Amino acid sequence: MKNFLLELLNNEALVYVLMALVPLIWVIPFALFGVWWERKISAHMQDRLGPMLTGGWHGWSQTIADAVKLLQKEDLVPAAADKKLFVLAPYIVFAGSYAAYAAIPFSAAFVGAEINLGLFYVISISSLVVVGLILAGWASNSKWSLFGAMRSAAQIVSYEVPVALSILAVVMVVGTFDLQEINQLQTGPVWHWLVFQKFPFLFLACVIYFLASLAEVNRTPFDLPESESELVAGYHTEYSGMRFALMYLAEYANMFAVSAIVVTLFFGGWNSPFGEFLSGPWWGLFWFLGKGLAVIFVQIWLRWTLPRLRVDQLTYIGWKVLIPFSFAIILGVGAWVLAAGQ
Amino acid sequence: MDATLTEVEKGRRPTTIPGLGRALRTEEMVISMGPQHPSTHGVLRLDIVVDGEIVADVIPRIGYLHRCFEKHCEHMANYQQVIPYVDRLDYVAAMSNEFGYVVAMEKMLKIQVPERVEYIRVIMAEFSRIVSHLIAIGTYGLDIGAWTPFLYCMRDREHVLDIFEETCGARLLYNYMWIGGLSHDVKPTFKDKVLEFCKYFRPNIKELNDLLSYNKIFIDRTASVGVLPGDVAVNFGVSGPVLRGSGVQWDIRKNDPYSIYNRFDFDIPFGKGEKGKVGDCWDRYMVRVHEMEQSVNIIEQAAKQLPEGDVQSAIPKRISPNASGPRRVRYTCAPRPRRASWGTTSYPTGEVDR
Repeated sequence: MKNFLLELLNNEALVYVLMALVPLIWVIPFALFGVWWERKISAHMQDRLGPMLTGGWHGWSQTIADAVKLLQKEDLVPAAADKKLFVLAPYIVFAGSYAAYAAIPFSAAFVGAEINLGLFYVISISSLVVVGLILAGWASNSKWSLFGAMRSAAQIVSYEVPVALSILAVVMVVGTFDLQEINQLQTGPVWHWLVFQKFPFLFLACVIYFLASLAEVNRTPFDLPESESELVAGYHTEYSGMRFALMYLAEYANMFAVSAIVVTLFFGGWNSPFGEFLSGPWWGLFWFLGKGLAVIFVQIWLRWTLPRLRVDQLTYIGWKVLIPFSFAIILGVGAWVLAAGQ
Repeated sequence: MDATLTEVEKGRRPTTIPGLGRALRTEEMVISMGPQHPSTHGVLRLDIVVDGEIVADVIPRIGYLHRCFEKHCEHMANYQQVIPYVDRLDYVAAMSNEFGYVVAMEKMLKIQVPERVEYIRVIMAEFSRIVSHLIAIGTYGLDIGAWTPFLYCMRDREHVLDIFEETCGARLLYNYMWIGGLSHDVKPTFKDKVLEFCKYFRPNIKELNDLLSYNKIFIDRTASVGVLPGDVAVNFGVSGPVLRGSGVQWDIRKNDPYSIYNRFDFDIPFGKGEKGKVGDCWDRYMVRVHEMEQSVNIIEQAAKQLPEGDVQSAIPKRISPNASGPRRVRYTCAPRPRRASWGTTSYPTGEVDR
């Protein structure tokens, strides 16, 4: 796609700007759709209907109406807040989650930036989000927000470790950090997907990555930073209007980013599950987004089923359950790879 | 910030983490939770002293729900007028409140109510217990982060409220039980609807257990937490599911039966420390779940035995707190010594003495 645009526009800077904007075409509609989708799923799980009126068919435009409402809201900064940091925080949060999209291969023909350390880049850049969350909690000058910020720091830092370790197991098998290359290695029928390789090690790595990524994006049962029955809304209690909307957008962007990593690393990325059948750049996009949405469905499903963990239980699971298991997987995979002489 | 809160803050000294000396010290922080906090529902404020994530101390500030009903009741012209007030004492279980009040009044006025009235009252009071427990369980799950069980509880509660509505026209505050009778007789379809509900509700309790009660996360968060030992509970005068959750088998419906509770076959659920210690949060929660099962049993038995008859024949024509004296504005509901009456009834959240 980059070469095509270069030929078309003959201006490298413009092409890079365009390439950077392409994921936004997906992220913003996805956030709008995702909120609506989550409402509908939760409603149907709970014997309700959810939004039904706005826009006609099943309240499809409810979140658009909500976003418009948020845009019109007064620009509110608490008097005691640290104004600069308070304003800056939502942008850092969103920048952190959006930057991850640069290295995510949407299709065989499109990836924002072809870096050979793509996976490494995604893991590192998404850590920027936690800086934004701490800033938001600290700058709000509210005890509740501070609690949320401290929780998110403890949580995300603890869960980065199992995330990195479970990804390491995959890297040991494929021998590359390049996400596009990892996708190409999985081309073919379903059993070529990495989740079925070196069974059961990579399957377990997938489970660990998924659980830890739930904690990374603050979803139930790890939604402690914003637990509404304890901390009201945690780090974004004091945010309103467009800044709140930006926080929300970042949350959904982050949700899709981790789902995209799950899909790319374990479920064949943009590959068709039927081998050559229904494959190609556009079908690749379809499979990638479809699989991503399926993973998000599981996230939503868990959210509306499970209660929340306590802080000490959360760190217990992170350090004493997930990390030892990830090490065991790394050992197992390492031994297997050595034995196979790859 | 009020004066007491600052005093609390002043009293707290920075603490040091053992082994790290004074280089790294933590400080306790006081946060005010409620009354506008989502889990305190506008009725409670807690000053919480926290050391990081550990709650070091809690100072409850109560009184947000006190509406001086006893004073209102003293000014009522007759005893019947008090019933709408007892409804509002706890709007989640209004029928049980009415039951407690009318039982005490009937004892004082020596009124024998018809059989049919007794049966309908028991059915209504047990329905009220189910409704109250559903809200207790649902919001308990909600505070732990489980949304769906709460809405399942509300769904089941709606079915009970439908039966209430059909009977007396109100869904929350009924004014249904009158001294000596009931405001309306039940509809002809009442019995079928009640039995249908019992059939509908039993699998839903199982669903609730699968979804919440035996959920690993839920057990982890509630078992061995907030233990109230049985002897402490008795000494502090705790009653109801909280007392039974502490392993004390005391239920006024069994131990000192009023109305017609001695005619029904039911068990007293009590905390056994199944998942942790006796008297922990999980036990208190589970007692409520089991009590709903027992209430369904009582309702089923009562509905099957429901006799025919008039529900208003025993309602006294004139009730005055001081029939012999002149009518004054200031009648008192707190009975004079010669008419002292003390009715104790079982109530979803504890015993009621009126």
